[in-house]
Amino acid sequence: MKNRKVLNFCGNGFLSILVVITILALCIFLVRIFSLGGKVLSWEFLFTAPRNCMQEGGIFPALAGTFWLTVISICIVIPLGILTAIFLTNYGKPKWLLKVVQIAIDTLAGTPSIIFGLFGMAVFVNLLAMNVSLISGALTLAILALPLFINSCIEAIKSVPFDFYEASLALGATKRQTITKIVIPTALPNILTGIIVCIGRVAGETAPIMFTAATFYTRRLPEGLKDEVMALPYHIYALMTEGTRPETQVPIAYGTAVVLLLLVLGVSAAAVIIRSSIRRKRKW
Amino acid sequence: MVNNILSTENLNLWFGRNYVLKYVNLNVSDKNITAVIGPSGCGKSTLLRCFNRMNDLIPETHIEGKVKLLDDDIYTSKMDVTEIRSRIGMVFQKPNPFPKSIYKNVAYGLQIQGKYNKDEINERVEQALKAAWLWDEVKDRLHSPAMALSGGQQQRLCIARALANRPEVLLLDEPTSALDPQSTSKIEELCLELQKSVCILIVTHNIAQAGRISNYTAFMYLGELVEFGPTEKVFTVPQDKRTESYLTGIFG
Amino acid sequence: MSKYKEKAFTTITYTAALFTIVVLFALIYGLFREGLPLFKQVSLTEFIFGSGWYPTNAEPEFGAWTFIIGSFCVTIGALIIGIPLGLGSAIFISEIAGNRLKEIVKPVIELLAGIPSVVYGLFGMSAIAPLIRNWLNLDTGLNIFTASVILGLMIVPIIASMSEDALTNVPKSIREAALALGSTKMECIFRVIIPAAQRGIVGSILLGLGRAIGETMVVLMVAGGSAQIPKSIFASVRPLTSTIAAEMGETVMGSLHYQALYALAILLFVITFVINLITELFIAKRDKQ
Repeated sequence: MKNRKVLNFCGNGFLSILVVITILALCIFLVRIFSLGGKVLSWEFLFTAPRNCMQEGGIFPALAGTFWLTVISICIVIPLGILTAIFLTNYGKPKWLLKVVQIAIDTLAGTPSIIFGLFGMAVFVNLLAMNVSLISGALTLAILALPLFINSCIEAIKSVPFDFYEASLALGATKRQTITKIVIPTALPNILTGIIVCIGRVAGETAPIMFTAATFYTRRLPEGLKDEVMALPYHIYALMTEGTRPETQVPIAYGTAVVLLLLVLGVSAAAVIIRSSIRRKRKW
Repeated sequence: MVNNILSTENLNLWFGRNYVLKYVNLNVSDKNITAVIGPSGCGKSTLLRCFNRMNDLIPETHIEGKVKLLDDDIYTSKMDVTEIRSRIGMVFQKPNPFPKSIYKNVAYGLQIQGKYNKDEINERVEQALKAAWLWDEVKDRLHSPAMALSGGQQQRLCIARALANRPEVLLLDEPTSALDPQSTSKIEELCLELQKSVCILIVTHNIAQAGRISNYTAFMYLGELVEFGPTEKVFTVPQDKRTESYLTGIFG
Repeated sequence: MSKYKEKAFTTITYTAALFTIVVLFALIYGLFREGLPLFKQVSLTEFIFGSGWYPTNAEPEFGAWTFIIGSFCVTIGALIIGIPLGLGSAIFISEIAGNRLKEIVKPVIELLAGIPSVVYGLFGMSAIAPLIRNWLNLDTGLNIFTASVILGLMIVPIIASMSEDALTNVPKSIREAALALGSTKMECIFRVIIPAAQRGIVGSILLGLGRAIGETMVVLMVAGGSAQIPKSIFASVRPLTSTIAAEMGETVMGSLHYQALYALAILLFVITFVINLITELFIAKRDKQ
């Protein structure tokens, strides 16, 4: 019996050590990024362009680039995602089509991001001759985000109680009316959470935009869909691997990382808050 | 001479392999309350749902025989199913108002038809809420959430919502089983009032309720319509042994 | 009129759904179109098992074996780090932590899952790698070990969150039965609860595995980048994903090198597809139970 008690104690200790290591590691990680990056942050950093061949100055073009890439790709994804989710939850005939669409979604969801980058390069940049541009990057990101958003929408629609469907149909509404007037409006907060999660994901991706949109050496803001753009995640990567002056560039990279993290974490936090406030308000 | 507004002719229904309704021949008279009673699983809710084709929602449903609204078989009719459902309204066991305002709930059935203007809708919403005995309680907060109402009020709201369509028939599927006794008796009284303008077909597992409010009672057992007649007769001198056992089993 | 609206709506939804199928096929088609031509010049076995990758030689060689080994090493390393930390955290949250602690820690893990990989890469490259280099007196801190540490850290939230779900879903009655029979808490956890949740836990590991294999930025920045079969865990390697990312910028469209990189992408796609298939079948089996 004593042996078992000792084992129990050791087990507890072991688990606690594991948890402590994990938390410590993540803390060190975040502290390091925020402390080194925080030093560089300033209005100037955020809102001016880089100087001196990317060795000094701010990151505004990267911020703008990430903004536009995210906005455009999300705009593409939202209607496609909601409609596909409606198909999967409400129409879904013939059955084989349903299965194939689900397989397609799951496969795309599990595909590494670099492959999307290659796809984007082959199809948008080369085949459709859109060149390395904002639109190529946004389309590539849209394809990456699509399966994730579709799955969010499916969950959102499934969370609408069947009672509401029944009641609507019993009042003489058609399927379309039930979906557009009852189901989607009821699912909207959860769909919104899904959108926010996608935003966080898209803003942080590097590999898909490496060959389709991003560039290191431009100081201009994108003026049209055909321009190359800078982007926050790519900027970090390029500063660290192509930079020629680490003393100034590594801090800039950290600063950029802080901005990116605040963006992404802020967005995730918003999603968590919205989701718990939905759960609290929900009366059914 | 009573008017048969709803009727079935040799109605047989299967869910997949389950033979659920067996040669049901029922006549429901207009401007009356008809109750359908019977033990759990006897098919009474399924029968009710045949009348507004809500069984269509269940896959592998197979129907033979006729279900008629007046003289029109609703399964072969030229009428679209949505029109049938606006003429035959339904209230469910668990109150299910939409997560919208009281006004929007009641107006829903009218808005989807797209043929009424704002004034007409306002008028009919008010009439429906008055007919459901809910108007006085909500007239000052028509645009507040329906889900903030109590259970009994929600159910009356669902009745108002169905009444807004001015249906010819109101199907009630155990409408009070989820409610407290006070709300229950209020809704029973409401039914007695509504039958003057609308045919009411109510499914209930509460025999006393059937006895209190209905003019006609149908007793179902294992998918068959065992007995049907004026409520007083069915309750006092049941013709079939099974009816008698059911009625006395609960009382005794 | 309204029949027309119904039809139109149905058509739109079907079109959107078909679009996802089209995208998948376009992806597969695109990859294969650009990469398959390589195999006119290089045989499949040579490609997979050859260990020389010399795209710029007069007589170029395209053997992906070093990259496959590189991916393998880094992934295994990541699992070695990620599984104990992730699973340990999951067990802690679901079995040991109180409710209030749970409510704080769970959202935190979700947030951490959203950290972009390039930020992990930055941390690895500029903080951890020099540390390891100094501690262990190595030539460089960019190697399998460092990459495993960072990648492992990255997959902790994935493993932790799904395992925690699986553990929490074990019915209370089973726990109570074990404790009522006199088990210690640890015995209950390790002998009863974990086996009961094993499918979910294994599922989470497979998910982490898939993520680790497909990860590009971290390994690009931290694994070192030399295309050779590693001789120790402190050797520098180049997984499949890094090679593609690192060399794509330097190739001419349509050249043999370009085709070879797409061929690597096909290989990567097939590997992740198989892993995902296994994961799905595994999880589906659990759901059926």
